Amino acid sequence: MTQPTPIPTEPAPLLRIAGLKTHFFTDDGVVKAVDGVDLTVEPGKTLCVLGESGCGKSIMARSILRIVDRPGRIVGGSITYRAADGRSVDLAAMSPTSAAIRQIRGSDIAMIFQEPMTSLGPIQKIGKQIVETILLHRRMSKAEAKETAIEMLNRVGIPRPRERFEAYPFELSGGMRQRAMIAMALCCQPRLLIADEPTTALDVTTQAQILDLIADLKEEFGMAVMLITHDLGVVAEVAEDVAVMYLGKVVEKGDVYSIFEEPKHPYTRALLESVPRLGVRHAGRLPAIEGMVPHPLVRPTGCPFRTRCRAFMPGICDVHQPELQRQGRTDVACFLHNPVPAHG
Amino acid sequence: MDDQTPMDDVILDVRDLSMHFPVRAGMFGKTHSAVRAVDNVSFQVRRGETFGIVGESGSGKTTLGRCIMRILGPTGGEIGYASEGAGMVDLAAVEDAQMRDLWREIRMIFQDPQSSLNPRLPVIELVGQVLRKAEGLKGAALADRVADLLKSVGLRPEILHRYPAAFSGGQRQRIGIARALATKPQLVIADEAVSALDVSIQAQTLNLLQDLQEEFGLTYVFIAHDLAVVEHICDRVAVMFLGEIVELADTETLFAAPRHPYTRALLSAVPVPDPRQRSDRRLRAAAPAEVTDTATACKFAARCPHARDLCRRQRPQKRTVGGAEVLCHFAGEI
Ligand SMILES: Nc1ncnc2c1ncn2[C@@H]1O[C@H](COP(=O)(O)OP(=O)(O)OP(=O)(O)O)[C@@H](O)[C@H]1O
Ligand SMILES: Nc1ncnc2c1ncn2[C@@H]1O[C@H](COP(=O)(O)OP(=O)(O)O)[C@@H](O)[C@H]1O
Ligand code: SF4
Ligand code: SF4
Ligand SMILES: [Mg+2]
Ligand SMILES: [Mg+2]
Repeated sequence: MTQPTPIPTEPAPLLRIAGLKTHFFTDDGVVKAVDGVDLTVEPGKTLCVLGESGCGKSIMARSILRIVDRPGRIVGGSITYRAADGRSVDLAAMSPTSAAIRQIRGSDIAMIFQEPMTSLGPIQKIGKQIVETILLHRRMSKAEAKETAIEMLNRVGIPRPRERFEAYPFELSGGMRQRAMIAMALCCQPRLLIADEPTTALDVTTQAQILDLIADLKEEFGMAVMLITHDLGVVAEVAEDVAVMYLGKVVEKGDVYSIFEEPKHPYTRALLESVPRLGVRHAGRLPAIEGMVPHPLVRPTGCPFRTRCRAFMPGICDVHQPELQRQGRTDVACFLHNPVPAHG
Repeated sequence: MDDQTPMDDVILDVRDLSMHFPVRAGMFGKTHSAVRAVDNVSFQVRRGETFGIVGESGSGKTTLGRCIMRILGPTGGEIGYASEGAGMVDLAAVEDAQMRDLWREIRMIFQDPQSSLNPRLPVIELVGQVLRKAEGLKGAALADRVADLLKSVGLRPEILHRYPAAFSGGQRQRIGIARALATKPQLVIADEAVSALDVSIQAQTLNLLQDLQEEFGLTYVFIAHDLAVVEHICDRVAVMFLGEIVELADTETLFAAPRHPYTRALLSAVPVPDPRQRSDRRLRAAAPAEVTDTATACKFAARCPHARDLCRRQRPQKRTVGGAEVLCHFAGEI
């Protein structure tokens, strides 16, 4: 639990998630939003998490900070976080209301949400909200906190930050709200930034600016980043490592070059094919992955992707569950690449 | 206006549209200026086409869409709309009651699915309310129609009685699309309709929007920031910068030969999905801009690599160069 563990000889990852399961116990049944996720975030590096809507990316991220809403809860696995003093703690074993996790939230690990209005309260001026966050996590006077907040609003590219400090969220454009939230997350200089689709709602020039800001903070403070996105352009631009999720599991992971150049999992390949690219005008329709993510209550037996996979092998893929295994340059969970278990 | 060629079948004819937000004294100290979110914008949309609007955050795209929907009352200009029933009407001037009728024909898909879906209503109400009102549907008939709509946007019909909180961002966005399409509208203002969707759902949704367009002859005003998406789906594109349209052309022309320096900056900022081409992104990140009172200068001058003296002294006029309308003194020369 919160006891110190011996410091390993290898440079340990900042965050190691192993076998994480987060389930929602709804009236209709159990939604296995996250169902055995394995991944690591290395210190100072950027891991991009890719995957379709509903495959559990946000819930995985919220599990790390222990802010999963009821009826959801972590039912298995571990989230090992290595703190600044070198000790490791298992976030999954902490109480979501404990002082320890509250200390980690915001000051060690900060999160930017997919929808800005989830972390920006609608009725409070944005400046006040940021100042409160700063005062909660950093030792500063109110006046210093205000200057820090304005400086941060400026750095995320909000024009006339001193005046915007007094603005209400509804007075800002969608993109500016997003930037205000990013300012709030970064004002405490976290060691790990979890960014859930932070630039999805932003235009390319603002996006470039935000990605730069994140890159600057990475350099300045050695911050690591877990970036959840579905924009493969962004992934190609900023990722060092990539994890591809499908139905609550990581189905392929590797360094960014291997994922783009030698994708092994049929799902990774399909994702790479479905991006509209500038200058490549598809005459008719875009190649889309057929079908949809299965109902979370009726998970397919065997391989989760089998209902949509063009390479589906009856008798194998519907019988056995592929596990992540290193194959060449990536770890992949697919029987096209991994040996089929001999029996049962 | 003066030398605009009349188009065969115009559904939307926007002239000199402005939306200036008054600036409250408390917010900006003593300044008594206004935020010129939309500033003298004119364009026409043809029936059945997809008209794209791109531009960076805060450039006035959403505000423009909200003016067309009359969620906002514009502070100047006209919005001619060729209604099915009522002929040509000026949306900027119609009575509220008539506008409510027109909301069946003109629908909007909102940018922020979080705040546009009432968290206290189940999906069947969110999508079906408008059908109940417009067509008097209820009971099983309503449930069937809503279920069909959900299927058409890639959602499972079993979710009819769930509430927005149980969905992921992308799922919520698709509920918003189903709602917008429920009344078989003529004109759909899609504000970042696919921006929150992941690639595969995005591809499916774009294909769906195209199918529906062919089937029902829909017209889209497609507001987006993803240029690859815009290039894929739009027939013509307007580029907005600080409340103005700085370039308007058909898609091929705009992407093959961008004329305005801002359009060029925008195109070069698109990340390429290839890690080996990881470019020097830092060069492309632009300093944020905002509307100030620049009655006597080009609004892009502070960021423009081609800015000259004239640009800081005089507002450029719209010029037509190679099939594109460009708001730049030196369009065609640079
Ligand atoms: N109710 C309001 N009061 C004051 N200013 C406003 C209001 N609504 C919008 N604005 C301002 O108008 C400008 C344009 O906003 P708008 O929402 O149209 O931008 P946008 O192009 O849609 O941007 P994004 O891509 O970020 O959504 C911004 O400067 C914004 O702050
Ligand atoms: N409060 C909730 N109750 C029930 N199911 C939920 C809840 N929140 C999320 N889910 C389900 O968990 C799955 C994963 O959601 P999420 O992590 O938000 O996906 P995404 O990968 O798009 O971020 C989805 O099937 C979603 O419907
Ligand atoms: S295990 Fe089988 S069904 Fe699953 S991705 Fe591989 S080939 Fe497709
Ligand atoms: S008018 Fe001048 S400053 Fe404005 S875009 Fe053209 S060249 Fe640049
Ligand atoms: Mg999500
Ligand atoms: Mg907007």
